Amino acid sequence: MTALAAEGRMVARTARRMRRTGALGLSGWTAVGALVLIVLIAAVGPLLNSVDPNAVSLSEAYQNPSAAHLLGTDANGRDLFARLVDGSRTALTGPFLVVLVSTILGTSLALAAVWFGGWFDQVSVRVMDAVFAFPGLLLAILATALFGSGLTAAVAALSIAYIPYIGRIVRSAALRERNLPYVAALRVQGVHGVLISLKHILPNISGLIVANATLAFGFALMDLAGLSFIGLGVQAPTPDWGAMVGTGMSGILQGFPDEALFASALIVITVAAVNVLGDRLTERSEALS
Amino acid sequence: MSAQDAAPASTTTPKPAPRGESGKAVAKFVAQRVAGLLATLFVASLVVFGSLYLAPGNPLTFLTHGRSMTPDAITQLKAQYHLDDPLWMQYLRWLGGVLHGDFGTSIIYNQPVGALLETRMQSTLLLVVMAAVMVLVFGLAIGVFAGLKPGFLSRSVMAVATATMAVPTFVAAVILILVFAVNLGWFPVFGAGSPGLDAVYHMVLPALGLALASVAFVARLSQAAIRQELSSDHVQTAISRGLARRFIVRRHVIRNAAMPVLTVAGLTIAGLIAGSVVVEQVFQLGGFGQFLVSSVQQKDFPVVQAICMVYVASFIVLNTVIDLLYSLLDPRVSLGRTAS
Repeated sequence: MTALAAEGRMVARTARRMRRTGALGLSGWTAVGALVLIVLIAAVGPLLNSVDPNAVSLSEAYQNPSAAHLLGTDANGRDLFARLVDGSRTALTGPFLVVLVSTILGTSLALAAVWFGGWFDQVSVRVMDAVFAFPGLLLAILATALFGSGLTAAVAALSIAYIPYIGRIVRSAALRERNLPYVAALRVQGVHGVLISLKHILPNISGLIVANATLAFGFALMDLAGLSFIGLGVQAPTPDWGAMVGTGMSGILQGFPDEALFASALIVITVAAVNVLGDRLTERSEALS
Repeated sequence: MSAQDAAPASTTTPKPAPRGESGKAVAKFVAQRVAGLLATLFVASLVVFGSLYLAPGNPLTFLTHGRSMTPDAITQLKAQYHLDDPLWMQYLRWLGGVLHGDFGTSIIYNQPVGALLETRMQSTLLLVVMAAVMVLVFGLAIGVFAGLKPGFLSRSVMAVATATMAVPTFVAAVILILVFAVNLGWFPVFGAGSPGLDAVYHMVLPALGLALASVAFVARLSQAAIRQELSSDHVQTAISRGLARRFIVRRHVIRNAAMPVLTVAGLTIAGLIAGSVVVEQVFQLGGFGQFLVSSVQQKDFPVVQAICMVYVASFIVLNTVIDLLYSLLDPRVSLGRTAS
């Protein structure tokens, strides 16, 4: 899905040629604001929680919002607000690690491939194509089958699955840069290939990398939340947004949809903000290049 | 960033081959793509097979997972996986079996995996096909409409589409259940229903949940493509020459916009395969996806291997077929390029 979306966006992007200002704009800044808020909640929220997110109290199951429980309680009488706040940590840390690892590995591989060219480039393209043949979610499920359910195996698998997504984009951008006169000028001066790649090519394509890493974050969040939803990711009783949608399913059938709805809303808001920001950053990196 | 970039080939050397003598070029091109397909399938099978050896512990303890098994069963397992053979032999035997539809024996059910899969194939197939139809019909219809009629309505539709793209399949499925199954009671909550129309009826919500984000994606894509064509020089020329708008739209706009959109839409449909796992779990459809998840939980590794292989293979084959069709149908794509 990820690389697809990137390819699709290229079509959409050419249509947006008229809006070439490089500013994030209102929607971009709104997205930044929402994300800052969400990250703040994840960073300090759990410290301010006065209620234990894992405190079970069966007599208080499915309560409506009240002063004691700001958003009410789940099937086990656990405080929903505390669980949502606490769950933001697992929900955001996983995708962040996936994006961090896959971006670093994908970028290094692509830069090396472009610089060395020849068979190394060919092999790396082939490897990326092969990895690309595995849908990320499927690779993550296979990994949990091998190493047991949980976030660790899933994050490792997704980090590998996302390498081609970043790698392909970086490769084509770096290939363009490599053929520009300034690179030739540096080579003539005897600057080492590693230095040219890291100090000159990388900064020039960093906007594009950040933009695509942002978009990848949204996809990774959806994949990991989906994995936790089907019970192969974050394990009970640790709170997680995706897992909460899953446990909230039984509440839906009994007429208490709050848990699933709140967790869903947080996932959708976060992914939407990330997508909008990623789109604006992509436009900006194009406007500036 | 032209249409060529939409094709999975990542490096293109524009070397236009004359279409006249294209018979040979086409054959060569198809052969190249098929070779690429086989290579990717080979690597995928290596990964799926080799994963058994990536697992902690030795393969036998991993397969039995501490379950107490009779010596007979263990001998059978050893024989099934040929664990006493050299590794390359094991792989070849496994691959040979897979090519003949023999995926080994399920550890939990003690039945051939192939037979277990056969009974579950129908609902997964129906789910993906129905979702694919929805993606094409709704996605293209909404996109074309919004692209041809710019204005407030078009902008709102696109804003909704952007928001919808941020809805993961399982969230879409859960909300559809809440609204249309629990609250309105129009559709059943769980199950695949009995074969025939009932199965289709049971599959409406799951397919919609699976398709929703892709519908939004294809709608946005086709809207953008149509807007781009509308503002292109040849369309502007046609408008200034006073040609009928309907003619221009049919002949110049839709035609040119169709190719890149259809390719990406096709690839999106291939992407539905992975999403179906989650949707099947929500609606308890009893297809491959649900079987995969339960097999992971029960540590029934032969089944996990088989389903992963089937998914990856169909994903790769679909991608290649779409890529081939696209390249062969679009006269602007030169076949002379070296595929990589």
